[in-house]
Amino acid sequence: MNGKITELILKRIGVMFLTLWLVATLIFIASNLLPGDAATASLGQFATKETVEGLRSALGLDQPPLQRYFSWMAALVQGDAGISLVNKQPVIDQLLGRMSNTLFLAALTTAIAIPVALFIGVTSAIWRGSFYDRLVSGSSVLAMSTPEFMVATLIVFVFAVHLGWLPALANLNAASTLDLMKSLLMPVCVLVFIVVAQMARMIRAALISTLQSSYIEMSTLKGATRNRIVLRHAMPNALAPILNSTALALNSLLSGVVFVEIIFNYPGVARLMVDAVSTRDIPLVQACAMVFCSSYLILVTIADIFAIITNPRLRRGRAH
Amino acid sequence: MSSPAENRLISAFRFSPAAIISLAIILFWTAIAIIGPWIAPHSPGRIVDFDVFGPMSASFPAGSDYMGRDMLSRIIVGTRYTVGISVTATLIASFVGTFLGLFAAVSGGAVDSVLSRAMDTLISLPSTIFALVIVAGLGSSIPVLIGASAFLYTPGIYRVARAVALTIVVQDFVTAARARGEGKLYIMLREVLPNMLPPVLTDFGVRFVYIMLLISGLGFLGLGVQPPEVDWGTLVYENLAGVGLGAPAAFLPAFCVVSLALAVNLFLDSIGDRAKAGSSEL
Repeated sequence: MNGKITELILKRIGVMFLTLWLVATLIFIASNLLPGDAATASLGQFATKETVEGLRSALGLDQPPLQRYFSWMAALVQGDAGISLVNKQPVIDQLLGRMSNTLFLAALTTAIAIPVALFIGVTSAIWRGSFYDRLVSGSSVLAMSTPEFMVATLIVFVFAVHLGWLPALANLNAASTLDLMKSLLMPVCVLVFIVVAQMARMIRAALISTLQSSYIEMSTLKGATRNRIVLRHAMPNALAPILNSTALALNSLLSGVVFVEIIFNYPGVARLMVDAVSTRDIPLVQACAMVFCSSYLILVTIADIFAIITNPRLRRGRAH
Repeated sequence: MSSPAENRLISAFRFSPAAIISLAIILFWTAIAIIGPWIAPHSPGRIVDFDVFGPMSASFPAGSDYMGRDMLSRIIVGTRYTVGISVTATLIASFVGTFLGLFAAVSGGAVDSVLSRAMDTLISLPSTIFALVIVAGLGSSIPVLIGASAFLYTPGIYRVARAVALTIVVQDFVTAARARGEGKLYIMLREVLPNMLPPVLTDFGVRFVYIMLLISGLGFLGLGVQPPEVDWGTLVYENLAGVGLGAPAAFLPAFCVVSLALAVNLFLDSIGDRAKAGSSEL
């Protein structure tokens, strides 16, 4: 039996690497679609033909696209993300400092969001159809209809401008821990709100679809209480879909973090990426996109591996 | 007391109040998108107010923007861009996604597994991040925004369409059509497609909201519709300095996004029960 699990896990990791490679290829294609290339974009329209040609050969842009793709990929695998077109510094140096900042924000958000979303998702599935459940569903529809930037600008207006309780900008070099916490409170709250709205809804849906199984009907007929059915019968079997939806819901964290970092002026990878898009700094954009896509893929894979380990039915192979 | 079957019959012919209100909001914004330029009280580009970030007043019901232009006119004119871009992108994604999903379900075998694998890869792209990559590569213009969002939301539509089509291809009338020797295209379009319209149309609404939020988000980052053309997201971006002043210009365009997105979601929820009631009788 254990050999089967190992095989499944290895297969899943293999799929992750394959997807990662395809995603990297797509990022390369998307950022190289334009006939006018990065050299022209970074030098501006008044550059002479010679300077453009010089920069093109320095950047390797005069080589055929396929060759550029292979050398980009080979460098990327070795952790070399190229040179920024704007400040001519290695991209990786700019990324590293920013990465820990974004990771800190994301980890803090996830640590708060997962228990909150689990609680809301599970309780609304237990009391399905109640006033509480309808309130949760209603709020999540409202949250899903609201752009992330609006949540953030409204909270800034209320708590920083109107009430003046919290600083409008995040400050990682705050004088005291209290100041740091105060300046991070709003960014983290906005992200938690965005993630929980998505996650709680998906957890509820996963649990409810399990509750429609025939063994749940059986335990109802045997007279088990609602709480017992959900927690003892449905939960263990719903664990895999719940883990899966939890990971998928983190997708909303990826777009949420872009807006939060911009609005609160937080020095993270997402702000670096938006700035790089405005200046058309292609190597930097590619590297930032790879950071986001690969961390998301790794998270989804970890959730899948957990699901393989914890779900007894998966041990007999997946029935698609 | 009415039986559940009776209830279902009644709800199938009568919209709930929530559905009527949300439908009214959807129709309202559709009308504004179409006739907007003719009903805007001022030219959207003209400076008409001495006050910048002016409050709501009788002469400027939505206040004025960072340059003293009339916000109401700018929002009205912006509707066409937000709604137009989102609808066009959703239409393209729906056509391509539904056709490919249908094709995969009817073909089965290797075609199905190759297509599904490819779509699974695309679905793992985080949409905002990848939209930023496309905008970095191609620059921001309306065709790029439409193309990028259609591309990013096709896989999701494919998945839904394929799943729905798979439940239909196993039905007797499809087997009968195959036995008659009908071609693949005939089976796809004449036998399967008509039976999968309700879920496909519901999915259209869901994706429309996603795409509108994506387009507005890009606009907010200054990477969406470029001035002098404006959409609701770009309007918020332009007037971001007004947040500190509590200017309506910084918030109203975002409220427009919420009103339309919420109306579509609520409308789908209220007809969702209808679609389910219909399908359970299949």
